[in-house]
Amino acid sequence: MFHRPPDPAREATQAVTVTLDGRPVRARAGDTVAAVVLLAGLGHTRTDAATGERRAPYCMMGTCHECLMVIDGEPSRQACLVTVREGMAIERQPGAPRLR
Amino acid sequence: MTPREERFDLVVVGAGPAGLSAATEAARLGLSTVVLDEQPSPGGQVWRAVERAAADAPLAAALGAEGRAGAARVAAFRGSGAAYRPETQVWQVERDGRVMASCAGIASVLRGERVLLAVGALERPVPIPGWTLPGVMTVGAAQILLKTSGALPDPGVWVAGQGPLVWLYCAQVLALGGRVAGVLDTAPPGAWRAAARHPAAVATAWRSVAEGLAWRRAVARAGIPVHRGVEAVEALGEGGRIARLRWRGADGARREAPARGLLLHEGVVPNVHAALSLGCAHAWDDAQACFRPVLDPFGRSSEPRILIAGDAGGILGARAAGLRGHIAALGAAADLGRLTPAGAAARAAPLRRLLRREVALRRLLDTLFPPRPALAAPADEVVVCRCEGVTAGALREAVQLGALGPSQAKAFTRAGMGPCQGRTCLLPLVGTIAAARGVPPAEIGPPRVRPPLRPVTVGELATLAEAGGPRLA
Repeated sequence: MFHRPPDPAREATQAVTVTLDGRPVRARAGDTVAAVVLLAGLGHTRTDAATGERRAPYCMMGTCHECLMVIDGEPSRQACLVTVREGMAIERQPGAPRLR
Repeated sequence: MTPREERFDLVVVGAGPAGLSAATEAARLGLSTVVLDEQPSPGGQVWRAVERAAADAPLAAALGAEGRAGAARVAAFRGSGAAYRPETQVWQVERDGRVMASCAGIASVLRGERVLLAVGALERPVPIPGWTLPGVMTVGAAQILLKTSGALPDPGVWVAGQGPLVWLYCAQVLALGGRVAGVLDTAPPGAWRAAARHPAAVATAWRSVAEGLAWRRAVARAGIPVHRGVEAVEALGEGGRIARLRWRGADGARREAPARGLLLHEGVVPNVHAALSLGCAHAWDDAQACFRPVLDPFGRSSEPRILIAGDAGGILGARAAGLRGHIAALGAAADLGRLTPAGAAARAAPLRRLLRREVALRRLLDTLFPPRPALAAPADEVVVCRCEGVTAGALREAVQLGALGPSQAKAFTRAGMGPCQGRTCLLPLVGTIAAARGVPPAEIGPPRVRPPLRPVTVGELATLAEAGGPRLA
């Protein structure tokens, strides 16, 4: 749904690699996890615990909680409030959050 | 044993225009001040990542004068001596001035002689058929993606709604070489004539009016289709995401178009979540169709230690937020004996004169872009509470069964009880109940908000105990 015009200078200096559901994806320093998910065309961030529907980020500012994801093994993180770091493992959150 | 508390004269929640201005001024007046903010850098949503944007020439150009003003305000804050805690989520504020917050999984307790909530605005929820589909999000969300990641919409992404942000976003996308598929303008067509009855407001706000017209001209010049007087926008899904749009045109005809995405915007409303949890008195604002806290001229709420500034106290926009933050800092300083009441009043006077201009602009915007009743009480099949998947019809059924307000509606339907804790559905929830009962929203009142304000893990709570022992009452 979104794209980023190529910027070779910045891609050389600010590249960060993360994994989305196990697949390596290139991001840029300063991106939020939710931005990386949208730019990668992942489509949805979670399936809803109540309805089973697919959901994707709606507000991008920490209000709607639609972007809950499993980040580095920790469930129910708000992807729009987390900045990517090298090697971060990002997974879509299925249904009800796992209890730890 | 109690958790160690860090003490401050002023704890500011939020690093947008109001919070930055308040903290900068409070530090100048000698108040020990800390700012807690969810984002990694200062600026709030309007100046999101503004320092980074300033170093990116095309983005800085697209953000224009507003971006430069933001960068200057952030620089003044950075040099003010106020403490700053980024990436910090506040999950409880108490009437005695205690603030509980977490950063990187570690919780801490702060105590302010005064606490200033400068938590800004939310985009008004836009409950339409299909608004929960992936690919439907807000214009503000897309603008955040533009500011923080330089992201532009793919071909086939539409914009639907009304208000300055719709046109500002389109103009910024165009300036960066992007494009939107089309604009469905939901502003009522007669609004410009209504605005002409406020010539004084138009005269005062002419610079903003001219700016708004320039954004619209940019969209027209780019040949982007703009449909005016649009109503009844629907997002239609296929394969688990949006595929088509349907709307009713000004001529009453139904139209459809394929869509890869839909960006919605119907203005902004105050973020009242924390203020409601504190029991601060709120009033219903008819012109803006939202609740806002009841504040004195210095931003003091009905709770003696709690002040509120910026759009969190009622929508007046970013420029007003800076002024209101500054005024609230004067109020806090007066409360703590650093200024005499007369001294605070004298310093506030010139700020209030500037504020009057912003109030005039807002009256004009409220006339041009009035809140649409269809969004306050949507049709039966429309989801109101996204988290729990509760439709307007289910809420109306609950009202029939005796749910007279949001608290009973929660018990009947779980509306407002999901992860977002009713932040998103507050207004359509109250609006739907009010319409079903045939009473004004003021009579329904806002829902009760209980801590924690954010989901908090037991592990985070345990870090408080490690810091000195459990006592959370």
